[in-house]
Amino acid sequence: MTQAMTLEQGASVEPIIAVRSLNKTYQSGFCALKSIDLEIKRGEIFALLGPNGAGKTTLISIICGIVNASGGEVTADGLDILRDYREARQRIGLVPQELAVNIFETVWATVKFSRGLFGCAPDDNYLEQLLKNLSLWDKRDSTIMALSGGMKRRVLIAKALAHEPKILFLDEPTAGVDVELRRDMWAMIRKLREDGVTIILTTHYIEEAEDMADRIGVINKGEIVLVEEKHALMKQLGRKTLTVQLARPIARLPTNVNSDAVSLTQDGRTLVYQYTTAADDSGVSQLLGQLQEAGIEYSDLSTKQSSLEEIFVSLVEEKQ
Amino acid sequence: MNLHGVKAIYLFELARTWRTLMQSIASPVLSTSLYFIVFGSAIGSRIVEIDGISYGAFIIPGLIMLTILTESTSNASFGIYMPKFTGTIYEILSAPVSTLEIVVGYVGAAATKSVILGVIILITARLFVDYSIEHPLWMFGFLVLTCLTFSLLGFLIGLWANSFEQLQIIPMMVIAPLTFLGGTFYSINMLPELWQKVTLLNPVVYLVSGFRWSFYGNADVHLGISLGMILLFMLIFISIITWIFKTGYKLKS
Repeated sequence: MTQAMTLEQGASVEPIIAVRSLNKTYQSGFCALKSIDLEIKRGEIFALLGPNGAGKTTLISIICGIVNASGGEVTADGLDILRDYREARQRIGLVPQELAVNIFETVWATVKFSRGLFGCAPDDNYLEQLLKNLSLWDKRDSTIMALSGGMKRRVLIAKALAHEPKILFLDEPTAGVDVELRRDMWAMIRKLREDGVTIILTTHYIEEAEDMADRIGVINKGEIVLVEEKHALMKQLGRKTLTVQLARPIARLPTNVNSDAVSLTQDGRTLVYQYTTAADDSGVSQLLGQLQEAGIEYSDLSTKQSSLEEIFVSLVEEKQ
Repeated sequence: MNLHGVKAIYLFELARTWRTLMQSIASPVLSTSLYFIVFGSAIGSRIVEIDGISYGAFIIPGLIMLTILTESTSNASFGIYMPKFTGTIYEILSAPVSTLEIVVGYVGAAATKSVILGVIILITARLFVDYSIEHPLWMFGFLVLTCLTFSLLGFLIGLWANSFEQLQIIPMMVIAPLTFLGGTFYSINMLPELWQKVTLLNPVVYLVSGFRWSFYGNADVHLGISLGMILLFMLIFISIITWIFKTGYKLKS
């Protein structure tokens, strides 16, 4: 009993995906991945953030067997993805970024195909439940051609889950997806995590990562810039800017305002305040109170979340 | 061996045939019927017998070859080209299936379809001319081997092609002319001596000759050579396909 428990605990410590010194240089000479090291923990939701062309899709494609690596190694559930490709791939499901579906097929035929392709015996009950969970059951006999874009994406998810994988990759799952489907998708992903599936998703949207992920990895120009627990990272990333348009220009900041956090533009018409969303008290109301105290009127207010790109720039600069 | 995977690919490909039943079966049958009407019944009745066989009957093996060579090639090439074109190939590449299993699935389905097609044409021919089959087992064996070999070639073309135009170019520009010049409508013994020698460079000659032997017991070239040639083509195509999957050429970047 004790031994079994120790083994189990030992197994759960071992990463479900381990990427070591992974390199990829395309034939064109473009270096997409530069010696990537990454470990994904068993059962977590891991969000991989990065701008376009950062290497997110290349990384996922190598792990799933769609792109050949130039160097390095990857294990999935302890299995080498090249040497033990059968066992490794059986554990992995992939929802690609592009809506690549055979439009002439029916929903039912395509999920059945996927299950068989991944070496699983037919199990109509499982597939029925899967389609029901994804609100696709009513559409099972429709050809994919007749489905909306959002529905097609659900079909891709159903295909990826048809063989009951332990690891699910979602490459930009919410690109071009409406709010309702996005909400459904997150609910489904949480449910999968409860069932013990490890989920790796890539996204542009920081809010999405904030909402869903346990850990976040940032990739830029083929390098992992950082991997951090979400809460720790949000503190760094969640910077906002409040811009206050003044009704009349002022010559200098009023004395009751903290000049470290607030700056005045040269024309004296705009105040800019930087703050973080992670803190309980953003300091916005305090600042507005101080302006009122000083008798300064303002005509407009706006806030802006620092864009992912700005964050990358700052992250990369920090690392250098 | 991922048998479920092979079965999934095989059945998917056959289902595509049923979805496109008109192009797949009806149109080759129609065009072959036209050949029989024109060459077999209309013109053939004025042509003397070749090796003691009526002209209409003589061209049956060649006509079947003509159809199954072009159909095997274009069907198998289309089968693997479409996933490349639509992007659904990602699923095949990420699945726990080996090269061999992928090939068995796709090529097996294309060859199955061609065999069915060959048999249908054989039956259709009965409506136009009388014929006998001296070695039915050999006939079937040649049919299956040829369908497999040219489905392999088609698969190869589908892997290689970057556009629909390229997909069509080999069946249209290479296979059809070689088949016409490979003794489909004549015995190569009817050619001037020099052309007989040149013709031997055409691989289709061996296929048609062997196949015709299984029908009527006489052949332009030795049976063993025919069989050897088919197996040689098969080996070449399998080697190239294995190399493509191993290196990822045109499949994986």
